[in-house]
Amino acid sequence: MSNSRDKILAAVKQNQPPASQLPDLAPFISGAPASLEAFRKVAEGMGSHLLEVTDEAEIPALLHEHYPDMEQVITTDPLLHARAATFDWLTGDGRQLQQADLAIVRAQLGVAENGALWLTEKELQVRVLPFIAQHLAVVLDINTIVPTMHHAYEKIGGPQTGFGVFIAGPSKTADIEQSLVLGAHGAKSLTIIIKK
Amino acid sequence: MNTAIKDHAELAEAFNANEPRVNWHDETLWWVRQKRDKMAWSIPEWETLRETASLIKHNVLGNLHAYLEEFERNAQQNGAIVHWAADAEEHNRIVLELLQQQGVKRMVKSKSMLTEECHLNHYLADHGIEVIDTDLGERIVQLAKEPPSHIVLPCIHKKKEEIGDLFHIHLGTPAGNADPQFLTAAARLHLRSEFIQSRVAITGVNFAVAETGEMVVCTNEGNADMGAHLADVHIACMGIEKLIPQRKHLGVFLRLLARSATGQPITTYSSHFRTPKPGQQLHIVLVDNGRSRQLGREDFRNSLKCIRCGACMNTCPVYRRSGGHSYHNAIAGPIGAILAPNLDMKEYADLPFASTLCGSCSNVCPVKIDIHQQLYKWRQVLVQDGQTNAAKTAGMKMMTTVLSRPGLYRFAGKMARWVMRVAPGVVSNRFNPWYKQRELPPPPAESFETWYKKNR
Repeated sequence: MSNSRDKILAAVKQNQPPASQLPDLAPFISGAPASLEAFRKVAEGMGSHLLEVTDEAEIPALLHEHYPDMEQVITTDPLLHARAATFDWLTGDGRQLQQADLAIVRAQLGVAENGALWLTEKELQVRVLPFIAQHLAVVLDINTIVPTMHHAYEKIGGPQTGFGVFIAGPSKTADIEQSLVLGAHGAKSLTIIIKK
Repeated sequence: MNTAIKDHAELAEAFNANEPRVNWHDETLWWVRQKRDKMAWSIPEWETLRETASLIKHNVLGNLHAYLEEFERNAQQNGAIVHWAADAEEHNRIVLELLQQQGVKRMVKSKSMLTEECHLNHYLADHGIEVIDTDLGERIVQLAKEPPSHIVLPCIHKKKEEIGDLFHIHLGTPAGNADPQFLTAAARLHLRSEFIQSRVAITGVNFAVAETGEMVVCTNEGNADMGAHLADVHIACMGIEKLIPQRKHLGVFLRLLARSATGQPITTYSSHFRTPKPGQQLHIVLVDNGRSRQLGREDFRNSLKCIRCGACMNTCPVYRRSGGHSYHNAIAGPIGAILAPNLDMKEYADLPFASTLCGSCSNVCPVKIDIHQQLYKWRQVLVQDGQTNAAKTAGMKMMTTVLSRPGLYRFAGKMARWVMRVAPGVVSNRFNPWYKQRELPPPPAESFETWYKKNR
């Protein structure tokens, strides 16, 4: 194995072209600040559903109204849902979440140009949570919406956790004759709750 | 050209047997190309983004040795185990050994064109291990015992009725049901049980960041995440050219990838895998398989910038009308036709000729690979290497003779117009490959030269 390593590295070193400079990404960082309306338009285009609250205390009732028939609700913050599951869902290899109907989590930031939300292992606690739950609700502070992916990475900085993901809309596929179907393997719906 | 293996023209002929199907294939892919255009036009700095992405990748090619070492060091610090495979055979052997260590006979895999390139599924099947492809399109072609025909849209060549029949046979859905919504729901149930049971998951890699040792995997379905987060062992397979220098460069590539591929602003999931989850093993297999050789070919090394978006296929007039399978290579279309001859010049000698050289591929490429120029250059390399057939060489020599003698050229043109007028069957018959799937236009009454003399 180490032999192949040395062989590959030697071949690469011998064949690689002269080194060149990296381009400057700073020009991409300028531009207009993000607007909620821009974020909303793209996020809805990606299949997300947007709700707005001014006080987090409104969220449990709003979610109950929006997702009335959820048997198992998993939330990383018990204050976000009145009937959140109380079993020890944090322990296990992820399979303990296979009955999850609704997961409620918080995002670190949102991206206006593509409606994506940045979530890490810190918020998710169990990596598979936003994928395995049948439906996903994400709380996003309006002040964390950035214009583009460049701004997002600038804000995110270096990795703080072992896993992070941009999620833009519900899981989808168009593999059968290019017909768009929501709910391929991950969450069938994504509701973004904007905290103003 | 090898006569034992069917070449692009012969395979395209089979695809062209069903004309309505070809028209549908053509229109569907053109529609995807148009979605890409709408996205590109909505970003004022689109061209700057393409140029920036190309420059970043150029920097990667020039520093690949250092970036590979940096990536390996950081990945190991993150707790991953890094393997190096010189070729497809070694890649397959490494994966097999990992699976045998775990004692598994069945496992899930998300989309990885690299494992297609290495024919991993067949290799593992020969060793008694079943791979379940979990991307819906890939699962469909797997059930049909076919390779993917497109790197982003694996079953773009299939009609929903055929998929309904496949699901009826393999998944027990009701006969005759071809509703995409219904079939997708059936696949979701079927593959959920595979995800839950699988102890090992293989994923591909879209981007690997040297600075952080992390890997980014992009899907719309969430299948890579369902597999990797539930498994005890995650094996990520990647070509050595997938590296990018720093995390901030992801911003450039994630803006370009999905917009170029399917006309979406971003894929649903862009997952950043850095450390294994607690109790999990993370293996990264770095594969060369001819890439270091391509790096040394000055005319062709830019092909290694490819981010596998498929835009060049969607726009290609030849791909759209000949189908992905006619390229008899894991990666079809214009990009496949410049990557494949590096793997085997003899077997893939036909592919650089499966192009009109119109240049549309280069115009849509998000990392500005000069695809059509490389196609043209490969033709020269292949002819000099004696990889083209004798009839073509003879034809070219005859053309050279005619085109270099104005008198002979004028005479030949006059003869050709006369023959096509009085005896069109001499030209329009099955012995003329240009007559296949085409009708020749009526011959002009006079040559352009004659017309120009009268009208200038």
